[in-house]
Formats: sequence, C-alpha cells, structure tokens
Amino acid sequence: MKVTLAELKKGQTAIITELNIDAVPLKLLEMGCLPGNTVELLQVAPMGDPIYINVNESHVAIRMETAAQIEVDILTDSH
Amino acid sequence: MAPHNLLNIKIALIGNPNTGKTSVFNQLTGLNQQVGNYPGITVERKTGSCKLPNGTKGTIMDLPGTYSLNASSMDENVVIELLLNKNDKDYPDVAVVVTDVENLKRNLLLFTQIKDLELPTILVINMSDRMEHKGISLDIPYLEEHLKTKIALVSSRKGKGIDQIKELIVNYGSLPTEPCLNASSIDPQYFNGLRNAFPNQLLYKLWLVITQDVNFGQLERKEIESNSSFAKNKPELKRMQQKETIKRYQFINDVLKVGQTIDNSKAKDLRAKLDRVLTHKVFGYVIFLGILMLIFQSIFTWSSIPMDLIDEGFAWLASFTESTMPPGKLTDLITQGIIPGIGGVVIFIPQIAFLFLFISILEESGYMSRVVFLMDKLMKPFGLSGKSVVPLISGTACAIPAIMAARNIENWRERLITILVTPFTTCSARLPVYTILISLVIPDRVVAGVFNLQGLTLMLLYLLGFSGALLSAWILNKILKLKHKSFFVAEMPNYKLPLFKNVGLNVLEKTKAFVAGAGKIILALSIIIWFLGSHGPGEAFANAEEIISHQPENKTLPQAELNDKIASYQLENSYIGIIGKSIEPVIRPLGYDWKIGIAIVSSFAAREVFVGTLATIYNIGSSAEEEVTIKQRMNAEINPITGQKVFNFATGASLLLFYAFAMQCISTLAITKKETNSWKWPMIQLISMSSFAYIVSLIAYQLLK
Repeated sequence: MKVTLAELKKGQTAIITELNIDAVPLKLLEMGCLPGNTVELLQVAPMGDPIYINVNESHVAIRMETAAQIEVDILTDSH
Repeated sequence: MAPHNLLNIKIALIGNPNTGKTSVFNQLTGLNQQVGNYPGITVERKTGSCKLPNGTKGTIMDLPGTYSLNASSMDENVVIELLLNKNDKDYPDVAVVVTDVENLKRNLLLFTQIKDLELPTILVINMSDRMEHKGISLDIPYLEEHLKTKIALVSSRKGKGIDQIKELIVNYGSLPTEPCLNASSIDPQYFNGLRNAFPNQLLYKLWLVITQDVNFGQLERKEIESNSSFAKNKPELKRMQQKETIKRYQFINDVLKVGQTIDNSKAKDLRAKLDRVLTHKVFGYVIFLGILMLIFQSIFTWSSIPMDLIDEGFAWLASFTESTMPPGKLTDLITQGIIPGIGGVVIFIPQIAFLFLFISILEESGYMSRVVFLMDKLMKPFGLSGKSVVPLISGTACAIPAIMAARNIENWRERLITILVTPFTTCSARLPVYTILISLVIPDRVVAGVFNLQGLTLMLLYLLGFSGALLSAWILNKILKLKHKSFFVAEMPNYKLPLFKNVGLNVLEKTKAFVAGAGKIILALSIIIWFLGSHGPGEAFANAEEIISHQPENKTLPQAELNDKIASYQLENSYIGIIGKSIEPVIRPLGYDWKIGIAIVSSFAAREVFVGTLATIYNIGSSAEEEVTIKQRMNAEINPITGQKVFNFATGASLLLFYAFAMQCISTLAITKKETNSWKWPMIQLISMSSFAYIVSLIAYQLLK
C-alpha cells in the first residue's frame, strides 16, 4: 500500500517518491518538495492540521489535504 | 553594456522572504526611504537611495519577497512585471539577489531564474555571522565561477559586508550576464521551436510569458498563443515547471556539493526546542494568549496615555486659536472643523504604532509563523487561514490598525475577506456606547451565583462581533469570485532576535502610510460632519439664540443651562438634525426616535460620539462629563406616543445590536478604501453591514417590544 506524507508520524523521515502535480502548489515544489528529496515531519499542529515539515532544508507548514497528495517511502521510525 | 547614466544606478533588490532582504535595504539606505504603492494595486513600493563609491548615487528598489519568478501573488507579479519590461522606467541596471546562508540551496533557485534574464546580477549571501555557529563554510571563488556572478558575504545584522555590495554595484558593468544553467534542456524540441519563432526575444522571458498571468509590454501573449505549437494546457505547463525546478535544483546541488560544506555536528540548534514549546498543544496556546494580552494591554492601556495627551493638546490648540483669532466663519472652520479633524487622525497614531511594534517584533523573531501554524485549523472552515488571526483579534482594539495588519496575508482573496470582516469585531470605540446602554436597560443582577448580568451582556456582544466576522467570512468565501486560488504553504523561518532598526522603520512606515493615506479622507469627512452639525438652513438655526432666550420659560434660566438649550435647539435644526428627523420613519420600526437618529448619524465620525451627541440633544451638554447625569436624563426620556420610556429594554437591545453590526466609522471606510485601492469594497462593507444591523435590530425590537 502506498504511504503518503499525511500518514507520517512525528519525527519520521521519508523520501518523496511521487506527487500529484495538479494538487500540489508550485510554490511547494519550488521549496524543494520534489521526488527524490528527503522529508522529515517535525511537528503536527495541536488539532492535527497543518503539519510542519523539513524538506530539502526548507521548513514549511502545509495542510493535510496537500500532504495526502505526496507519496513517500518511510526511512526511519519515530524516535 | 554601457551604463546609460553613470550618476544614478538603478538597483533591484530581490530575494526570498526571510532572507534579511529588508535589513540589507535598511543598511544600504538608512532613513532615505520612500514607501508608496504600485499604481493600481496595494503592493508596497519601497525605494531608497544610497551613496556609492566615486560619488555615484544608487536608487534601490526593494522588490517584494518572492520564492521564484513563478508568481502566485500580486506581490510576486510586481517582481516579474518589472524584470520583464526593459522599457519600464524602473528597469534595473543591476539585480542584487539576497540569500540566507542557512537556506542557500532554496534561495539559489530564484537566483538561477534571475540569471536567466541575462541581467548583471550580484549574489548577496546574508547572515554570514551564523556560519560558524552552524558549521557552514563556503568556497567563494568556486561559487562565483559556477554561478557566474560576484558574491558579497554579508551580515546585515552586524552591518558587515555592506561596503562590498556597494563596491560591486558601482562596477556592475563587469559582471557576467550569461545564465548559469541551461534550463531549456528539459524539452529541447519545444524550446528550440520557441527560439526560432521569436529570435529577438530572450528564451526565458518567452517561457515566463507563457506560464505567468502577467502583463508583458512589447510581446503580446496572444501572439505566442496564436502559434498553436507553443500552446499548452495548465497541467502540461505545470509538469514542465516541475521539470524545470528539478533541473535547477540538480544544478544547485552539484554546485553546492563542492562550494559548501556543512559540519552537521555543530548544527544542533534552538529551533527544535523552541518549536516544541511554542507549538505545544497546551503551552503554545497559553503563550499566544499571553502575548495577545500584552498587545491588548498596550493598545488599550498604554496608548491611552499619549492618546489623552493628544486629545488635550488638540483641545487646547482649538481653544487657544479661538481666543486669538477674530470670531467668524473661518475661525469656526479652523477650531471646530480642521483642528479636531486633524486631532481625529493623530489620535490613532499611538494605537497603530503599538500594534505594529508588536507585529514587527513577532514577525522579525519568526514567532508569527508559529501562530499561523497553531491557528490555521480554526480559521480554515471560514475560508481564512492562520494568517487572519492577528488582524481579526487586533480589531477588538481598533479596526484601523487591524485592517493594515492584514497586509501580512500574501493571498489576496484571504486578505480581502479579512479586511471586509474585521470591522465586525468589537472595537474600543463601541465600549462607551455599550456601557451606557447596558447600564440603562440590563438589570445589575447576579445570575447563576457568580455572573453579573451586565458583564455577561458585554461578553455576549463581543462574541456576537466575532461570530459576525466569521459568519460573513464564510459567506464571502462562498460568493466571492476571485481568480486567486487559495493554498496554504507557510515557511517556518528560524528564530531570530528582532533588530531594533527594522522594527523602528516598520513602525514609522506604517504610521506614515496611515496618516498620508486614510488620514486625508478622515479629515475631509470629519469636516463635512462638523459642517452638517454646525450649520442649518432657515431661520430656526440662524436665530436659535434669540428664539430660545426669548421663550418665557427660559427667562429665568442660568446662563449655562440656557446655552445648553440653545445648543440643543441648534443641533435639532442643523443639517444633521434634519437628516436625523427625516430618517425617523426608517428607524422608528427599530424603536428609535429622531434624537437617537441624530446620534446615529453623528456616530459616523466615531462611534463614541453617540453619547456626546445625545448629551447635546438632551441639553445637558455642559455637564455631560458626568456619566450619571446623562444616564439619568436618558432614563427619564419618555416617548410621547406610547408614554413609555424611550430607552426601554426593547430599544436598548435593538440599539446594542445595531452598534454591534453596523458599519458606522468613516475612518474604517477610509482605511478599507486605501488597502483595497477601490471605493467598491468600503461601499459593500457600509451597505451590507448596515443593512444586516438594521434587519437584526428590527427583528429584535419587534419581538421584544
């Protein structure tokens, strides 16, 4: 089963494999949210949305609806 | 390329947000800055001048922060439109791209795009003071060679490297202008075709024109689109843009692999620790609430000290002028119209300055992004994002600075909705009206053991204001047809200590913008309202003094009371009085008489004027300072038709609801006009809010009477 960025747990690292180009804003791509790059889930907002990630050394907050459009391979388990 | 004007070099300052670009601008220009708007839009246009070596002068344009040349906001459009139009009078001789050494990889994306425009470009690597701490070292000659540029290593915080930027600017003629990578290799066939079809145009410019919704001078986009082999649909274009972005990052990664080394053992930083606390599900909100309280404290309490001084100062100035100038129309205009009008503008300055002091500190420190992160989920159902929280909450002090604070929202749609709904929040000018009405019509009783009924009513009114704002945001979100698509990508910058110079300049700039923009409109409208209240047609107004003092029952009155009666009679017969009387049929279903009508009309100058106007009408003007007096007088007012008290529960509730929802503040309308650059939006505010208030008050009165 495919895993998306929205399913990552806090502290987990993953590699982006594919993204739904029509639903992901170009701005996020430009920040380095691109296939092949590593992404780490840093924080989840208190009400579960948005999430705060580190991708390609960019620290950005995105909403879950966007995160669900980004497929990843999980690298590490949460520590 | 020969500079066409040796004496004045035009410099465009470009960079991602949060790179310290504005700090660099402040360091280069000091106080020699002008802030205006780009014609037709409300994006701030900041220019400044600086002295360069050899007596050359530089004119610097601080372009809005942008992540790339692919525009997703009005701010970013400005950057592209300027850089694509060589005929623009502001077209730069040299571009200075500011980057943050800690985010070099991402910041260089924009740099490679600017380089594709074949413009002399200087790369500023800012925040160099953080390098040692973060274990970063750079091979500057290598980077210069591969990025095909000259680099200035700068710490705008410490003021280091600024002279080097100036040196490079003066010698911009020797900067290389060729691109540092060939982005067109993502689709050689397509780009070759494009190049052959438009041989005189820069390839990257053509590409930008195809992908962006911006105006572009000489070359009409139609021309390109008419050539069907270049037409692509949106998803195709976006796929190509993704390829382009990947291509650029590949190049940047390759360059940085050699040119930059990061010792990760040193990179453990404060960010993670602070984030853990500031975005914590309990502490995060507690801290935010604490900061909000502090902001309120400053806007309500601290700013009341300078505000009282301003108030007294202008009152003194008016009476001084009155006593020194010969009595007459001109003196009246100056002492009752112009001086109080200017006072009515200046009085807002302390609140604006305090609010922007806090907002700039929160922005500069990086904390504001955490607020956005914390609050986003709450605002999302209403078509807003976390960025609308601060303007909405600031509205409880005063809508003027609050609406200005909406500038921090990049997305125009969200910003417009925020501006439109902010006046619903209960501002401090409503408080005097609320307190007097509540004390008149709500019993001073304790319910459920602890709650004072009057206090509960006040709280209810605040909640009503917030609900009004959120509800109308929700409606606007459903009906507004704007092409700006809403998406949420918020950078979470690193924490920094705010720089006093940046904060100070920002406060100064916002205050100036208010005085110059909305101030003029407020002054003009205050003079009109003064004129309507102090002039009237016909005998009754002109001869008020004679008529009143000759009435037999007034013969024995002391002078002060007689003057009050004259003032009341004059107001009744002034233009405002006539308006108040003529709207009586309209407001009678709400439970108001013409006296309340006059007070409502005068309230447009400022809501708190309601109380003072009633005091004048009930001819207790001279003793109106004492709230007890006016309260007693209002309580004793009897409706001649029904024989009941005028200020009974039904009328009181209806008036409270009217003040909670109606748009009756010309200053707010003026600032909305300034911030949206159109009279359309303030008129929509005026009409929709006031009709809503009318309907709610009508229902309330008819049910309660």
